[in-house]
Amino acid sequence: MEDFILRALGGGIGAALAAGPVGCFVVWRRMAYFGTALAHAVLLGVALGFLLDIEPIVAVFAICLLLAVCLLLLERQRVISVDALLGVLAHAVFAAGLVMVAFMERVRVDLIGYLFGDILSVGVVDLWLIFGTAAVVTAALAWQWRNLLAVALNQDLAAAEGVPVERVRFLFLFLLAAVIAVGMKIVGMLLVVALVIVPAAAARRMAATPEQMAVASTAIGIASVVAGLFASLLWDIPAGPAIVLVASGIFAASLLVPVRGQSRRDG
Amino acid sequence: MTDAPAHDPSEASPLVEARGVSLRFGGRSVLDAVDLAVRAGEIVTLVGLNGAGKSTLVRVILGIVKPDSGEVVQRPRLRVGYVPQHMQRDPVMPITVERFMTLGAPAPRETLQRVLDEVGADPILGHPLAEVSGGEMQRVMLARALLREPQLLVLDEPLAGVDVTSQSDLYRLIAEIRDRRGCGVLLVSHDLHLVMAATDTVVCLNRHVCCSGRPQAILRHPEFISLFGPHLSETLAVYQHAHDHRHDALGEPLSIEAGSSQQPGAGGRRT
Repeated sequence: MEDFILRALGGGIGAALAAGPVGCFVVWRRMAYFGTALAHAVLLGVALGFLLDIEPIVAVFAICLLLAVCLLLLERQRVISVDALLGVLAHAVFAAGLVMVAFMERVRVDLIGYLFGDILSVGVVDLWLIFGTAAVVTAALAWQWRNLLAVALNQDLAAAEGVPVERVRFLFLFLLAAVIAVGMKIVGMLLVVALVIVPAAAARRMAATPEQMAVASTAIGIASVVAGLFASLLWDIPAGPAIVLVASGIFAASLLVPVRGQSRRDG
Repeated sequence: MTDAPAHDPSEASPLVEARGVSLRFGGRSVLDAVDLAVRAGEIVTLVGLNGAGKSTLVRVILGIVKPDSGEVVQRPRLRVGYVPQHMQRDPVMPITVERFMTLGAPAPRETLQRVLDEVGADPILGHPLAEVSGGEMQRVMLARALLREPQLLVLDEPLAGVDVTSQSDLYRLIAEIRDRRGCGVLLVSHDLHLVMAATDTVVCLNRHVCCSGRPQAILRHPEFISLFGPHLSETLAVYQHAHDHRHDALGEPLSIEAGSSQQPGAGGRRT
């Protein structure tokens, strides 16, 4: 197999490893739209990365995190709803990204790649970044798993029981920003949230515990990457959309499966 | 419960104390110079109309919300068991009652079952959390709070979703828990009948503390009467002495919340 295909396969699997469990929390905490808003910062991140000569993945991560913190702080004002706020900020940073890119010949040429992903261009540095991110995300999730679950279930309850809710929420935003930064390389800005939430949503009906759902979500993500990539090579279709289509197909098929952890059993 | 304090509430230093707590939301005053203390072995009940700031005060006392001014002092390493007013459960998270309970405090299955029994819940450890009914959920939440061996038990509207016949049982249960475990209890309630029957101290809140004290004294307090109306005050005063047996449908004069009929009065209970 060609090297670039192996790198693409590795990068995709690494991104799916990080996105699987994080996606579960996005689904549990109803943050899909929040994730979409963060992803809109990708273009601005890429442009700034070129301007400052930083790896695009690192620059995108920094900008996404900055946007997430802005959203967290703005949530505290109580006049404009979070929903509207996300809409305003997402499109503001997207527009800013487009304006910056217009001045940059190099990025403009690759624009489609950033919007829809360019998995076949995954390089060695990208691989290091992707697998480093996957390792950090997995370790952080394992370390704070109980607290993350408690916050996802009920923030007030968690706070009253001594869980440092603000810190846990920030940690999660950090992880989500990291996943978006590596996922953007694989499926692009417009589809990265699909890589995060579609496998998690597909995993729900197969899982009876939160941990099972996280593992199943990761497995579905990896299967989607592998199948999508080969479909792309076989039929010469764009890889990012192919990956998302496979994941969506698995989600559709999962609807036919009876839900685990929903039938009454004796305690 | 190794350090369960003396049973006379007035002797012990407070488990938690709010001093001059004020809070504003968007320019509107929600809490104004509120003082409140809960001691071990004491049941303190917060009453007040909708929007009086009861739940907000509870959240301030638990440290979930920081007050704009004033302070909340918790005893160091205070173990809190909290039952929030309403817990939304989303079936998208696959989690059983057992797992939900042990997330607050790890415990073996037998202990979980025993605490569920203690609060009169069905054996539902293996059930998905999202499928537990509203009233049953209140008991699960209470059991989960007890599992933490709390020194302070905080219950925000524990009767929400509990059917009328079970309400008096739940209240008796709360008093029993206090007696057995010697913990302090902070309660938010709509139901003044129950408040008067099973409370040591009543705090009547309307952004500021209107009045506080023992139930019998509160009933005669002018601020209480002006807030809830003379009729209710008299009914409750009579009610205090009368009952050592159960009734079914005594609740008519109890619509203390204007426009709200979600909690008709419960049956009578021992005083």
